[in-house]
Amino acid sequence: MKKLLFLALAMALALSFTGCTKQEETVETAPATTETVETSAPAETATTDVAVMSYEEYMAAELDTQVCVETYVQAKQSWWEDKATVYTQTPEGAYFVYDMACSQEDYDKLVPGTKIKVTGYKAEWSGEVEIMDGSFEFVEGADSYIAEPIDVTELLASEDLINYQNQKVSFTGMVVEAAGQDAEGNDVAFLYNWDGSGSDGDDLYFNASYGGNTYTFTIESYLCDNTTEVYEAVENLQIGQTIDMEGFLYWYEGVNPHITAVTVVE
Amino acid sequence: MRVLRNIIILGLVLLLGGCHGSKESVSFQVPDALGLERSFELTFWAKNDTNKTQTDIYKQAIEEFQALYPNITVNLRLYTDYGKIYNDVITNIATGTTPNICISYPDHIATYLTGDNVVVPLDDLMDDPTYGLGSSELSFVSPTKEQIISKYLEEGKIANHYYAMPFMRSSEVCYINKTFVEKLGYTLPEHLTWDFIWEVSEAAMAKDEAGNYLLNGQQVLIPFIYKSTDNMMIQYLAQADAGYSNEQGEVLIFNDTTKDFLQTIAKHTASGAFSTFKISGYPANFLNAGQCIFAIDSTAGATWMGADAPLIDISEDALVDFETVVMEIPQLDPDDPKMISQGPSICIFNKEDPQEVLASWLFVQYLLTNDIQISYAQTEGYVPVTYLAQDDKAYQDYLAAAGSDDDLHYDVKLQATNILLANVDNTFITPVFNGSSSVRDTAGQLIENTVKAVRRKETVDDAYFAQLFTDVSALYHLDEITTTDAKRDLGPLPPTAKMLIGSLAVVWCGLFVAFIWQIRQKKREKR
Repeated sequence: MKKLLFLALAMALALSFTGCTKQEETVETAPATTETVETSAPAETATTDVAVMSYEEYMAAELDTQVCVETYVQAKQSWWEDKATVYTQTPEGAYFVYDMACSQEDYDKLVPGTKIKVTGYKAEWSGEVEIMDGSFEFVEGADSYIAEPIDVTELLASEDLINYQNQKVSFTGMVVEAAGQDAEGNDVAFLYNWDGSGSDGDDLYFNASYGGNTYTFTIESYLCDNTTEVYEAVENLQIGQTIDMEGFLYWYEGVNPHITAVTVVE
Repeated sequence: MRVLRNIIILGLVLLLGGCHGSKESVSFQVPDALGLERSFELTFWAKNDTNKTQTDIYKQAIEEFQALYPNITVNLRLYTDYGKIYNDVITNIATGTTPNICISYPDHIATYLTGDNVVVPLDDLMDDPTYGLGSSELSFVSPTKEQIISKYLEEGKIANHYYAMPFMRSSEVCYINKTFVEKLGYTLPEHLTWDFIWEVSEAAMAKDEAGNYLLNGQQVLIPFIYKSTDNMMIQYLAQADAGYSNEQGEVLIFNDTTKDFLQTIAKHTASGAFSTFKISGYPANFLNAGQCIFAIDSTAGATWMGADAPLIDISEDALVDFETVVMEIPQLDPDDPKMISQGPSICIFNKEDPQEVLASWLFVQYLLTNDIQISYAQTEGYVPVTYLAQDDKAYQDYLAAAGSDDDLHYDVKLQATNILLANVDNTFITPVFNGSSSVRDTAGQLIENTVKAVRRKETVDDAYFAQLFTDVSALYHLDEITTTDAKRDLGPLPPTAKMLIGSLAVVWCGLFVAFIWQIRQKKREKR
């Protein structure tokens, strides 16, 4: 009787464990399926057909209207949950494309020079004019174009500078100024975050002067992270050095260039 | 026979234990003592408001704590965005590399809890006689459970267990250009209402022939800007006693009150009287440039608000001079005000080594000590979460010195702080469950999409809202949220569950047979 009972219990337990194991295998392990946002085709994404605009027509278009441009990728800033933010430019002007619907596979193909057709809405956020809620397609068989940076150093104090918004630009012969102070009160050439509250990997902020005026420049960590040459170059800047820079003429409550290359010339 | 009984009991224990998931980490048990002879290296993921003083306070706290417990090292990783912390935690749960201590929102913790034993329930730690809250055996003065503001403490409770300790609390307030309100011929009421804000905002839209607004003489004026549209919708629905979600995880937000509110928003967007942070920019920048009258933002954004704000994000020449007044957010019923409670909370992630968890708990408690609570609260419009800190003379002196300078005692910041202190009982939080952060995202998305649609000259009517509800529900997969309503039809049992129940039945039958067999044996022995 005991043997029989043991056998029955052992079998029951074995079956139970099997049940548990199987159940575990079928448990949905993704911790938050409800948190995943479907971004490949957001509800507000532009989808209707719009004629391709010239840069002049785009600039003349009112804010919040649908726009469509053919343009060339110059740099990729970020990709997250099927949305890409990209700097683009044509020989006529530049377009900052913010949070455009984009699969990761397509994002990988957005190499500098690639021609794309972007449809979205013209918007302005804190002075930055951009295309948002957009979608895009590759222009098959198109040529390639990489913009040469235009030197806007002399325009830094000019109201005309905004006409170059989002373009690839350069600054030459600028002098590195103090960006702030460290914990000991010593002047430093750059800060992690605008007030020094960050750490390695965060945005870098530094100042450089020209013609008696000082301007702030940013290494946008999504555009150029802490593995890039420019990030390292800025971390090594010394106050008083003369530098040349390249970057994109981003805007945030005024000019806020996103720098992609720094060369110490003196 | 005793052996047989023990085997059966062990089998049942293993059976039940096995069902809990053998692959998950072991649930945390408070150790008897912290191994002082050992060294511990903890990781603390902390959120700050891109504020150097706040990061300095974290660093100082770590330095002081390490001096008290030289065998514990705390490595700080700084974040400026709750969403980024959430994403990184989710990624690290999968790889088993979560931090030890993390600043989080309870909504996010509810999602982390999807995995068994990922987040440590704090109940036993809080009550532990040696290492618990207020224990005299700690190397610092920790608040007792009763000295933590109970409303804030309860906000960290999920499924009847404490999973988060409050660190700081904030709410939303309305920063007002009083000069503009009075220039328009209005007087600020004792309590703001939605109707008042909409009326004043519409009155500000008059322009001259050149297209400049009469109020500010500029081409740009957005009288009413809301920073967090999630909160805007959530608070309005709470004030209206309308559906949002409930403790069972039911999504109730798609209702007529929501639609009516969106219609109101659409109307004022069409006139240009309203916009949002996501669409136009930071409310503070518009307020400080004389381009906004009512800017609703967190109390933790107070140092950016007003003509004399210590932190400014626009050029000096764009600043205008005006009188800033801070008031509670607009209400539907000023006699029954309701405003959201928010701010950083702290959770502890489970580790294989319970000693490591205990060391983490000590650091969490250290963050609740007076000096840290008071100094961090002073960085923005936060309030300390303990009575101990709030009653501290240093904190009372700080409050009393409101307006004595435009830095530490910046008047606008302290106005915001005082509003929060006076309204603790009027604050609320939304139900927390796995998926609750998606419902929160939904609340904001409904407003953002409506505002965009109006600005883009789309037709915004009943059909639009019907489609909007469908689209946003699909966007955030709200239909996939699992409710805990017992009445809900859960469908047929899965085969594994049937097998489990069958096995249990077999075991109990075995027990019954053994019991009968034992009785018979005893009877035979008597004969």
